[in-house]
Amino acid sequence: MSTPATTVRRSKPHVGARTIARRRLLIDRAWWTICSLGLILLAVPVLWILIAVVGKAVTVFHWSVLTHTTSGVGGYGIANALVGTLVLAVGVAIVAGLVGISGGIYLAEFGGTGIFSTLLRSASEVLAGIPSIVFGYVGYLTLVIGLGWNLSLLPGVIVLAMLVVPYIAKATELALNQVPSAYREGAEALGMSKPYLLRKVVFRSAVPGVLTGLIIALAISVGETAPLLYTAGFTNAYPSFSLIGTHQNSHPIGYLTYAAYGFIEDPTAVVRNLAYDASMVLIVLVLVLIIASRVIVRLSQKFAPNRAVANLSRQDRRKMRELAKGPSTENAT
Amino acid sequence: MTVPSSARRSRNQRIGTQLLINGTRLGAVVPVLVLAAMVAVLLVEALPAIRYNGWGFFTGSLWQGGNPYGTPTRSGGVYHLPGAKYGAWPLISGTLESSALALVIGFPIALGAAILLVEKLPRRPAAAIGLFLEILAGIPSAVIGIWGIFTFGPWLAKHIYPTLTHMPNVPVLNIFRGVPSSNGEGLLTGGLVLAAMILPIIAATSRDLLLQVPDTTKEAAVALGMTSTEAFWAVQARWVRSGVIGAAVLGLGRALGETIAIALVSGGAQQVATNIYSPMSTIAATIVLQLSSAQGDPTGLAVKVLAEAALVLLAITLVVNVIARQIVRRAAKGAALPLGVGF
Repeated sequence: MSTPATTVRRSKPHVGARTIARRRLLIDRAWWTICSLGLILLAVPVLWILIAVVGKAVTVFHWSVLTHTTSGVGGYGIANALVGTLVLAVGVAIVAGLVGISGGIYLAEFGGTGIFSTLLRSASEVLAGIPSIVFGYVGYLTLVIGLGWNLSLLPGVIVLAMLVVPYIAKATELALNQVPSAYREGAEALGMSKPYLLRKVVFRSAVPGVLTGLIIALAISVGETAPLLYTAGFTNAYPSFSLIGTHQNSHPIGYLTYAAYGFIEDPTAVVRNLAYDASMVLIVLVLVLIIASRVIVRLSQKFAPNRAVANLSRQDRRKMRELAKGPSTENAT
Repeated sequence: MTVPSSARRSRNQRIGTQLLINGTRLGAVVPVLVLAAMVAVLLVEALPAIRYNGWGFFTGSLWQGGNPYGTPTRSGGVYHLPGAKYGAWPLISGTLESSALALVIGFPIALGAAILLVEKLPRRPAAAIGLFLEILAGIPSAVIGIWGIFTFGPWLAKHIYPTLTHMPNVPVLNIFRGVPSSNGEGLLTGGLVLAAMILPIIAATSRDLLLQVPDTTKEAAVALGMTSTEAFWAVQARWVRSGVIGAAVLGLGRALGETIAIALVSGGAQQVATNIYSPMSTIAATIVLQLSSAQGDPTGLAVKVLAEAALVLLAITLVVNVIARQIVRRAAKGAALPLGVGF
């Protein structure tokens, strides 16, 4: 631990103490300046992207783009894409929510740390690292071509859902693991059955964590383009109510990221402007989701059983969690 | 009023528990099945292309679908258009080069930011920067691509690249000598945009690792008379070293698979980059840009070739991700990297 101090003392014995002190101070300043530079360079792209895209969008935005479709009847708009994105998001919440939450419950409550569970967890981690275009391409091969569903809602939803399942499963598992062990012990002492205990006691206090995971999953799926291009397709009209198409009939569905990516290089200025409108709506959607997740975290801290914990600093809270880990990990397995 | 006997109630409880275990297990098994299905589907689909292209897929630089009006011929048991030739080396090298650039640029920035965030900033500004990270992670790649092609790229081409090209002709610095395109589309712009996209994951992961360093050890270092910089290198740097490397590799994995932003700013040229400004393309961008035209190949080989490309991309990202997680797991017994998008 004391290496740097000793090197400083040993290396230049003939240099005066004051020079050494000044040099150390200088190095200290230089180091933190470099780190500050990193922080500035990290903030620049965020602000720049927001200012460039939203700044351009505000000049071309008109509320009517939210009520008209891209087909150009009575004016151009992205209402079809907005509706499509919301429909896809609902579909993802249902499919990925069901699969991810149940997977998370299994890993936290029944999985343990055996080979089987390790395999499941690793597969989930690996799945999260696979590029979304690969998901899209496999979805195209299997669902669109293989099952003959053509470009339609269900292939898009399934591909997006598989993309985000790992995030929901992980969030659920972590949330369940953090439920205080006293809750379970108390409930078990009262003779509750495992399903009842989970439903009434454990899951209730894990809800904020699960919801946050679900919101992250929605933010990812709202922002994806690549996996949807060849599964959901794109249409200028409102989405139809069909889940799947047939070999002859496709039921493509519009979404905002396509409006942003596909329209931006269009020769017509009206259509190009729609790309900026779509980008701004996307940014607003993502901001809403991020704020929602923050509100959930804040509320859950405020109404946590132990309010004193919520008012501690982040470091202190972490330390308390470390202390609490002893008994709770043993219970979670 | 009938009260169920206790025997029946306990049997119902047992059945309920079994149902719950088996039901949730179904959900937990899905990722494994999806992963296996993806590999299997891509392998089967790509098999004819693998047989047709052979090793030339990795070494060749020519990518042409063949004469669309010619009669499909059969060689090696695979139908193909006359003159069809697929060499993916420009795509593979473009993917690796742009991601390496992104990592070289993005890693120091993200790490510096994370260090300052944890060690120096008070709680509230740190939370605000955390929000910045989440926003950057949440901005759709299509939007970042639009910024890259219409704002960032032209700005670089106008203000930065003209100066960079006059770098002295000495090793390392001479990679910047070359002729940039007028709108900035190309390898370096692609690398910079990718760098912006992997900042959140590296920064957020490094921040979480640094927060796990126990305060008492830091305090001990400072009590010995170290400056905060010396304390950082003596304590925190050693504590998080391998984890941070894992975070960097995780960011690399993200950069390798990024599609839409790179499709917009790369210049879309299937050629090996001759200098750092050359227009290029990546595997992911090529799949997205070529799938609709590939469907026009009557022999179906073009689609299968894209499956082979997807398989190569899958293999690269799988290796990168497994390495990242292995590094962290070995260093911090059992600790796992977050899945990470930077939220």
